[in-house]
Amino acid sequence: MRLRLLEVAHARSGDKGDTANVGLIALRPEWFPLLEREVTRQRVKEHFEGVISGDVERFELPNLHALNFLLHGALDGGGTLSLKTDAQGKVFSTALLRMRIDVPNDEAKRLGIEPQERNS
Amino acid sequence: MKELVRVASGQGFWGDSLEAPRQQVEGGPVDYLMLDYLAEVTMSILQKQKERDPSLGYARDFVGAIESVLPAVTGRGVKVVANAGGVNPPSCAAAIRTLAEKCSVSDKVTIAVVTGDDLLARLDELIDEGHPLSNMDTGEPLASVRDKVLSANAYLGSSPIVEGLRRGANIVITGRSTDTALTMAPLRYEFDWGATDWNRLAAGIIAGHIIECGAQCSGGNCLYDWRSIPDLANVGYPIADARPDGTFIITKHPGTGGRVSVPSITEQLVYEMGDPREYITPDVIADFTSIHLRDVGENRVEVSGITGRPPTDKLKVSIAYRAGFKAVGSLVYSWPDALEKAELADRVLRERLDRLGLRFDQILTEYVGASATHGVLVERESTNGAADRPAVLHRDLPEVQLRVGVRGNDKAAVERFTREIAPLVLNGPPSVTGFAGGRPKVEEIVAYWPALVDKTVVKTTVEIV
Repeated sequence: MRLRLLEVAHARSGDKGDTANVGLIALRPEWFPLLEREVTRQRVKEHFEGVISGDVERFELPNLHALNFLLHGALDGGGTLSLKTDAQGKVFSTALLRMRIDVPNDEAKRLGIEPQERNS
Repeated sequence: MKELVRVASGQGFWGDSLEAPRQQVEGGPVDYLMLDYLAEVTMSILQKQKERDPSLGYARDFVGAIESVLPAVTGRGVKVVANAGGVNPPSCAAAIRTLAEKCSVSDKVTIAVVTGDDLLARLDELIDEGHPLSNMDTGEPLASVRDKVLSANAYLGSSPIVEGLRRGANIVITGRSTDTALTMAPLRYEFDWGATDWNRLAAGIIAGHIIECGAQCSGGNCLYDWRSIPDLANVGYPIADARPDGTFIITKHPGTGGRVSVPSITEQLVYEMGDPREYITPDVIADFTSIHLRDVGENRVEVSGITGRPPTDKLKVSIAYRAGFKAVGSLVYSWPDALEKAELADRVLRERLDRLGLRFDQILTEYVGASATHGVLVERESTNGAADRPAVLHRDLPEVQLRVGVRGNDKAAVERFTREIAPLVLNGPPSVTGFAGGRPKVEEIVAYWPALVDKTVVKTTVEIV
């Protein structure tokens, strides 16, 4: 099954200089291992290719069922220098939730993941 | 010693709800009202105001906020801790003193003023003494932008606020304190936490991190199950109910809207987070991977298990400097083919800027409504064959906003750019509207320069006025 992260996670993002951070939180605690396995630093870097100019770092917070990503070079120089609508990286959160992951059907069934969209 | 201290957050940034401070002291019992006014660039805005008028340079909203909570402060013993002093805490305190006199409660108001964070006048001395104040992101020494610096403030920790409270203040005004210290200091004072009680200090810092953005932890800007969050019009701002052992419950006043839940708190915990094991403050390094959250009732989340360790010997310094000029203009193009028209307008505009010989460090075009924020992600999805970039983007969108920004050191070039938007209405592609706001404004860019300095060079002073 192919699904968007939106179906298994929520998120919030913010800025520090030219870096945006995205905290990605499993909608259910039992879905966190799936995020940990599928949403790797490399996959996130590929997802944001052409959007950010720097590297991606990932940190794990199993206690909060969350991953924290630092997206470097995300804000055109950051804060007040940036000409972007999203100069403070507020919606990098939903940008990450667009990402798609593949989950074996039996695992999805076991985890109780109901696909919300059928066209993917 | 108290067994429970209630710290209420009444302001998440300068410009937040004017009603929140009063609602927080009137909605139920609280011990402290915490007001955070300072974002990274706020100090430079305040510095510009102080340059124009030496009696300004603080968050003027604070005076109105205090007026609205004065009965609670003078009658019920609610204490206020705020970083409203900006680049001029003494003037801020004087304004509050004047207010107290006007309201005939001067004898019931004791103000502590924290200073020493402002390093602007000491910059050359510091650089000469071997403190390069290098940019934490780029490594560049401050000397490279020294002549453009507008403000420079060290982030202070909880100690001066604690001292102000010990000396009997019921209103503590700081300049650039860390946002989290505003919450942690009252807890450290009330519970008499030691300066090396790392776990409890870290707990106070994390309580501060959760409530420092106001309602952003109590249902505001909350993505989780957002449709079901009740009564945002009457959103309740957060309150930390803290215990001496460092555990605390985040809640809000009864009868208010919004929602305090494990997901709403988690979203705020990860906001602006770096390495979760290394949340560095002047007082302590807090470990966000130690936090345990538990639902303990309706709109009540218990936070426990927090650990901390000793801080570094540095303070972060927030420096603002002039970095050129920018302007952003926009026009709206309508159906049919709204995006295609907007794209043509952009090409026409750029060609004209080019013919005029105008040069910028950057020109950025966005199509708001089509792909401004998620940009190429949307494009890529379509080429992946995922088919969720429907034809609507190109053919059927009711309208698209063309938004063009330029940035550069040549103010005249940026000015000239602002004159090239409106003409497109008559001499560019058709079906254009949305220019009623007039010509774009040229803004001076004040950029942010984060640096570190040895703690030993920053001397803080607490005065009772």
